[in-house]
Amino acid sequence: MPFIANTAEQQKQMLAEMGLTMDKLFSDIPKGLLCGQLNLPDGLPEQEVREVLAGLAGKNSIDLTLFLGGGFYDHFIPAAVYSIISRSEFYTAYTPYQPEVSQGTLQAIYEYQSTICRLTDMEVANASIYDGGTAMYEAMMMSLRITGRNKVIIDTSVNPIYRVMIESYTRNLKIELVQTHCATGLVDREQILAKLDNDTAAVILQNPNFFGCVDDFSDIAEAAHKKGALLVVSCYPISLGILKTPGSMGADIVTGEGQSLGMPMSFGGPYLGFMATRMELVRKMPGRIIGRTKDRNGNDCFVMTLQAREQHIRREKATSNICSNEALCAMTALVYLSLLGKEGLRETAQLCADKASYAYSRLTAIPGVKSHFKAKWFFNEFVLDLPKDAADVIGKLIEKGFAAGFPLSRYYPDMKNCILVCVTEKRTKQQIGMFAEALESVL
Amino acid sequence: MKLVFDKSVPDRRGVTITRSDVATTVNIKKEFLRDKPAGLAELSELDVVRHFTELSRRNFGVDTNFYPLGSCTMKYNPKVTERIAAYPGFAHLHPLLPQLRGGGMLTQGALAVLYEMDMLLREITAMAGFTMQPMAGAHGELTGIMIMAAYHHSKGNKKTTVLIPDSAHGTNPASAAIAGYKVVSAPSTDKGVMDVDALKKLLNDEVAGLMLTCPNTLGLFDPNIKQICDLIHSVDGLAYYDGANLNAIVGKARPGDFGFDIVHINLHKTFATPHGGGGPGAGPVGVTQKLVDYLPVSIVTKRDDGTYALEYNRPKSIGYIAPFYGNFAVILKAYVYILMLGKAGLIRVAENAVLNANYVRIKLQKHFEQAVKAICMHECVLTPSKGMLDSGVHALDVAKALIDRGFHPPTVYFPATVHNAIMIEPTETESKETLDSFIDAMIDIAEVAKSDPERIKASPLTTPICRPDDTAAAKNLDLACL
Amino acid sequence: MVVKGLLYTKDHEWAKIEGDIAIIGITDHAQNQLGELTFVELPDVGKEIKQKGELAVVESSKAASDVYSPVTGRVIESNTKLEKNPEIVNDDCYGAGWICKIQITDKGSTQNLIDAAQYEIYLKGL
Repeated sequence: MPFIANTAEQQKQMLAEMGLTMDKLFSDIPKGLLCGQLNLPDGLPEQEVREVLAGLAGKNSIDLTLFLGGGFYDHFIPAAVYSIISRSEFYTAYTPYQPEVSQGTLQAIYEYQSTICRLTDMEVANASIYDGGTAMYEAMMMSLRITGRNKVIIDTSVNPIYRVMIESYTRNLKIELVQTHCATGLVDREQILAKLDNDTAAVILQNPNFFGCVDDFSDIAEAAHKKGALLVVSCYPISLGILKTPGSMGADIVTGEGQSLGMPMSFGGPYLGFMATRMELVRKMPGRIIGRTKDRNGNDCFVMTLQAREQHIRREKATSNICSNEALCAMTALVYLSLLGKEGLRETAQLCADKASYAYSRLTAIPGVKSHFKAKWFFNEFVLDLPKDAADVIGKLIEKGFAAGFPLSRYYPDMKNCILVCVTEKRTKQQIGMFAEALESVL
Repeated sequence: MKLVFDKSVPDRRGVTITRSDVATTVNIKKEFLRDKPAGLAELSELDVVRHFTELSRRNFGVDTNFYPLGSCTMKYNPKVTERIAAYPGFAHLHPLLPQLRGGGMLTQGALAVLYEMDMLLREITAMAGFTMQPMAGAHGELTGIMIMAAYHHSKGNKKTTVLIPDSAHGTNPASAAIAGYKVVSAPSTDKGVMDVDALKKLLNDEVAGLMLTCPNTLGLFDPNIKQICDLIHSVDGLAYYDGANLNAIVGKARPGDFGFDIVHINLHKTFATPHGGGGPGAGPVGVTQKLVDYLPVSIVTKRDDGTYALEYNRPKSIGYIAPFYGNFAVILKAYVYILMLGKAGLIRVAENAVLNANYVRIKLQKHFEQAVKAICMHECVLTPSKGMLDSGVHALDVAKALIDRGFHPPTVYFPATVHNAIMIEPTETESKETLDSFIDAMIDIAEVAKSDPERIKASPLTTPICRPDDTAAAKNLDLACL
Repeated sequence: MVVKGLLYTKDHEWAKIEGDIAIIGITDHAQNQLGELTFVELPDVGKEIKQKGELAVVESSKAASDVYSPVTGRVIESNTKLEKNPEIVNDDCYGAGWICKIQITDKGSTQNLIDAAQYEIYLKGL
């Protein structure tokens, strides 16, 4: 039997020693509830299962040149990332409940928390949430807890998938979600200020936003704080290689998706929700937190701390129900950022911006293709207006070997001819040129 | 051990970054830029590799030590699943591809995995439909309770409470509270199973449902389980099955047959995906036919021509719980595991899990107290003997002493309903020899506790650090090196 | 240890009544159960609170407990010394470890409290 060590003989011996039979061991289950033989296939040996799965993997196309982003990115992953996180001392360990035998995990998560703070200019980060969307939801709930209010302003330039998630999570709760509309590519200050009042718990924004546009929310932070509301900013970690940090803008809680930090896209996960805040709000922040302390001999060491907020102690009064999170993904982000270092991240971000800018000039030079938004500055994504239906154009470009971008009408019904194009450091000048030619040919 | 920042040297470079091949250099408006680069450590690749290799050696993992954490099912993680999850055809697949016209046909292999996993889990649990979206067990619990709320809402029921045993895992009440319900404690008998008479008194029209794990957190199968589910149904409540302990009954009995309406499964427990130091996991949720309409979207369906598609058009759906289809790589690993075990293998999992737990329980019964003196299922709960407690040796001390003997400790102080609980879940992947050395170590600890309790209380003595000061950690917060 | 002259609740809070002001804290039994306190979440001054309402939270490294108000009234002062030194509650729970002062707005609420002798009997039964 795969993975079961004890032989039939040993099982017999153990049962005999115990004076029991297998049936007796399961005798507490009423006979009528035993299920008998299940309608499942027979087990496959390793050789066969690898063939079957290789066949399935082969039915997925990974040959397309990707200009598709939308919050999830095709970035370069150094080989050393995989070597390190595939050490089984890391991935076969569990939650570090026993600190003496988990200093590896604990110190790594402490370093991860520190790295997120340094990246975003915040003071404390947790050990991870499931993904950028649940992190945004948790930040929203944290704002409601802190202010005691129940109204939240969220802009349409925030990732639409996350907005659907937040709407789904809050359906049964008495929370007022107010949407402000982004028309120019940047958030409309007038709309936000009009909606901001003493009932507002938080304003939730994203930078770069879903359309790729870059902004500075310092003025909104100030306006929010005047009303006693918090500013929550969701950000794209690679962009922080060059872009202004949410912390320096005055954000109270920073969240985001960490997939771009060394994790493959993997068709949906696992991903990494990161969350950071100011020290004065730390007790209201959900998730595990690792702290540094001393052991009984005065040695520096790391432990899970502030656990009294969490589900296993506080139960129904906990800050969140989160238990298992994305620890190995957090470690992946730490390793990735350690391998890139201060300069490496800056260079990567600059490459993304440069190549995106080049792609933008090539693509907008095509007759009929225009930038959709007036806003001038973007990081590595931009929205193009096509002279034809975007979904059709994308379909034709797939046949030519390109994943041209995201058809925005899926979530923005009035943007039928719009496509969100993304360029990372992995795209070459040649690929961009061929993409431009292909696009021109299908228009 | 030094932090990665302590090892940083200015201008030291790690990985080589590609060079730009475009003439453009973008100078984004200064107001939108950070004023100085992020304070990341500057290390060579060798520095980084040595640092993390050294850190890894400060960890116990399943691959290095017996890890009998009760309620966590720390079974062996098959290496073939790691290899398959790394196949480029799975790893390099962008989740938004199916949103492109014709994109669904580019991801048929991945969609097949999601669909087939749905079918397998339905058969294993006797449920009518699954969502793979929840990214952990607790996330599954929240999803399940949201489905419960949607059901009651659409029926016009005014439900305000959820019944949960006080021996339950903390995520249960936390999940119910987050979804907006009030938690009412359902008491147990002194035999550790649900007190059915007390339960009857708690039933009223406000009860939305009941959350239970079976076997429970004492490792006991509740023989009244079907009656309990029926009672909840009698007030149009829904019975929720917390699948954390599924390893005890997988292949032998199915929560759907007991009467449960909603189940979640911990793929990182029962289906052998690695725990990762605290995740990533996956907590797929299954429901009976009457709740299928409420499942989150998208759902993978199979067309008549055998191709797979994503369906979003479910008006009663609770919406999106995850950005996409769930933690795909985790689901994939669990799928591979189920394919390898097959119908016969799954039954052997439960049989050996229960056999191993009882073997440990019986061999230790002269040296430790049993929380309940009865046959257990996949885990047993012991407590230190009176003699040990009188010498001042508590569950925590036993745990620390096991570390010196080369074992990761069992779960301690859970369930909270048992003082000084030591919850041992060996799992089926451990051999008799390993169990025997663990048993010998436990007996040794029990004896030393009598003759030299101070030595037990001083442990662990063989690890780089010993008994961190938790109180100082919470009072003098040092949560980041900035 | 139980101090005479104070009133008690079965949730292990004490109240010292001085005219229409009640000084509130947690009992020796409570502080002993919690272990060394790491944090006290004090109520806001001006907060209106009903008897048995959630007044404050006391945290140790292994537990967090709600402190329920023994009386109905309005918080007029919180012991801000506990912000930096929560362990004062462990050292002197009936004296310097007081948590807050409440202006009683419902005199009837004090009738529901038990005296030192009754609290001591209650403790023995636990």
